[in-house]
Amino acid sequence: MARALITMPKTAKRGEIVEIRTLIAHPMETGYRAGDDGQIVPRDLIRRFSCRYDGELVFSAELFPAVAANPYITFCTLATATGTLQFMWEGDRGFSQTENVVLTVT
Amino acid sequence: MNASVTRRTLLSAGAAIGTLLLSRPARAAEGDLPSAIKAFTNGAPVQRGRVKLDIAPLVENGNTVPITVHVTSPMSAADHVLAITVLSEKNPQRDVITCRLGPRAGRADVSARIRLATSQQLVAIVQMSDGSFWSDTVDVIVTLAACIETP
Amino acid sequence: MRRWWLALCMVASVGAASDTRRSGFDFMTPETQAIQRDDAQNPAMLWVQEGAAAWERKAGTAARACIDCHGAAPTSMKGVATRYPAFDAATRRPITLGQRINACVVDRQHAAALAPESQELLALESFVAMQSRGLPIAPPDDPRLAPFRERGEKLYRQRIGQLDLSCAQCHDERAGGKLAGAVIPQAHPTGYPIYRLEWQGLGSLQRRLRGCIAGVRAEPFPYGAVELTELELYLAQRATGMKIETPAVRP
Repeated sequence: MARALITMPKTAKRGEIVEIRTLIAHPMETGYRAGDDGQIVPRDLIRRFSCRYDGELVFSAELFPAVAANPYITFCTLATATGTLQFMWEGDRGFSQTENVVLTVT
Repeated sequence: MNASVTRRTLLSAGAAIGTLLLSRPARAAEGDLPSAIKAFTNGAPVQRGRVKLDIAPLVENGNTVPITVHVTSPMSAADHVLAITVLSEKNPQRDVITCRLGPRAGRADVSARIRLATSQQLVAIVQMSDGSFWSDTVDVIVTLAACIETP
Repeated sequence: MRRWWLALCMVASVGAASDTRRSGFDFMTPETQAIQRDDAQNPAMLWVQEGAAAWERKAGTAARACIDCHGAAPTSMKGVATRYPAFDAATRRPITLGQRINACVVDRQHAAALAPESQELLALESFVAMQSRGLPIAPPDDPRLAPFRERGEKLYRQRIGQLDLSCAQCHDERAGGKLAGAVIPQAHPTGYPIYRLEWQGLGSLQRRLRGCIAGVRAEPFPYGAVELTELELYLAQRATGMKIETPAVRP
């Protein structure tokens, strides 16, 4: 399980725009780099990131080797109703990680 | 017919693909910037404006470069941003990141940290719900670390 | 009005003139500074998070967690990083914070020592050192450290490597200048372990020192070498009073 850090308010008013900041530990090995032995270090990337708000996809991103290590992605979502935001990162070598955060909407 | 041949080729290559294979326009992985732009827009015209690509003009380390894309859009059901892509002129490949939004975003503001191999041009292209495309282009100077690292 | 303004300027300039030391933070671009300032963005916080979890995890045959002896880290570890390297009576030589943590792992948890520069050790070190964030570096006034510190200063001023350069030549004489496009900082250990953009990962002061030594084409001392600890000791004294920023971000 990679370490992940999600920064967002725990509560919001209905209709408010909520800023969500996500950070996850991952080397994002590009597959272009030669290691100390002179051999190319195999590509190992997070390929996809998504955020589902009570099951509905509200944001997604396709990541390429140009995304820096320990990917930091921020985006916004409208606070509609109290619910769970599910964040998912998927990538090479079967990498898959999910984090859930509850947003209370008043 | 074409799509299933491509899928079979990918699967037989043995790559471990955990993600869905969505149908989308073919991407120019290597190749030049105009081709990559054309691939994203499917040849549709791209206008300057409505999108701002924020990035420092001088970057002290190309390994970790913060960028922000702001799009002027009401983000309503009738008028919103569908997708944002960032393309690099001189990295080993053009694609940097592609984000998909929608009216539930509230605001089309996306940030990320990217890698830049060298001084170059960076382009952000936005696809709107009405089918129009908008872009912003920035020139970035990248200075690199002085010493080669040993582990 | 003018007299008041003049007096204020004189007071400010006297204060500034007395300490020309600047943290590496001050030499960074605003964008990189912004990454350090914000715990939500600072990649080092991923290691700190790991360290916080390790603090509470029972380990070794003693099945003991750090928290079992030390309690909550924000209280017990506050100020600790400001006093390292410190003198270790058991080995009769100075010991870095990372080495002290490892000594606890072995002696108190009865667990295998964590490899130097391992992710586990860096996580604990960054978590512990962060508890001193904002506090001034305060090397212990311990006479037993003096001979080691003197050797550290000697190494700092010694020309080494194929490039025949000393630390002092870049970091004392040419700080603020450029080395192949990169700004030369003053080399104060204010934020270690740091997330270095060049490493795309977290690393200790020893890693950075080894990198610099290799950079002047000298053979780097191995991790844990007393020479590196002596250098750390001198650097800490040189940075006395400067505020700890751990976990810092550096280019």
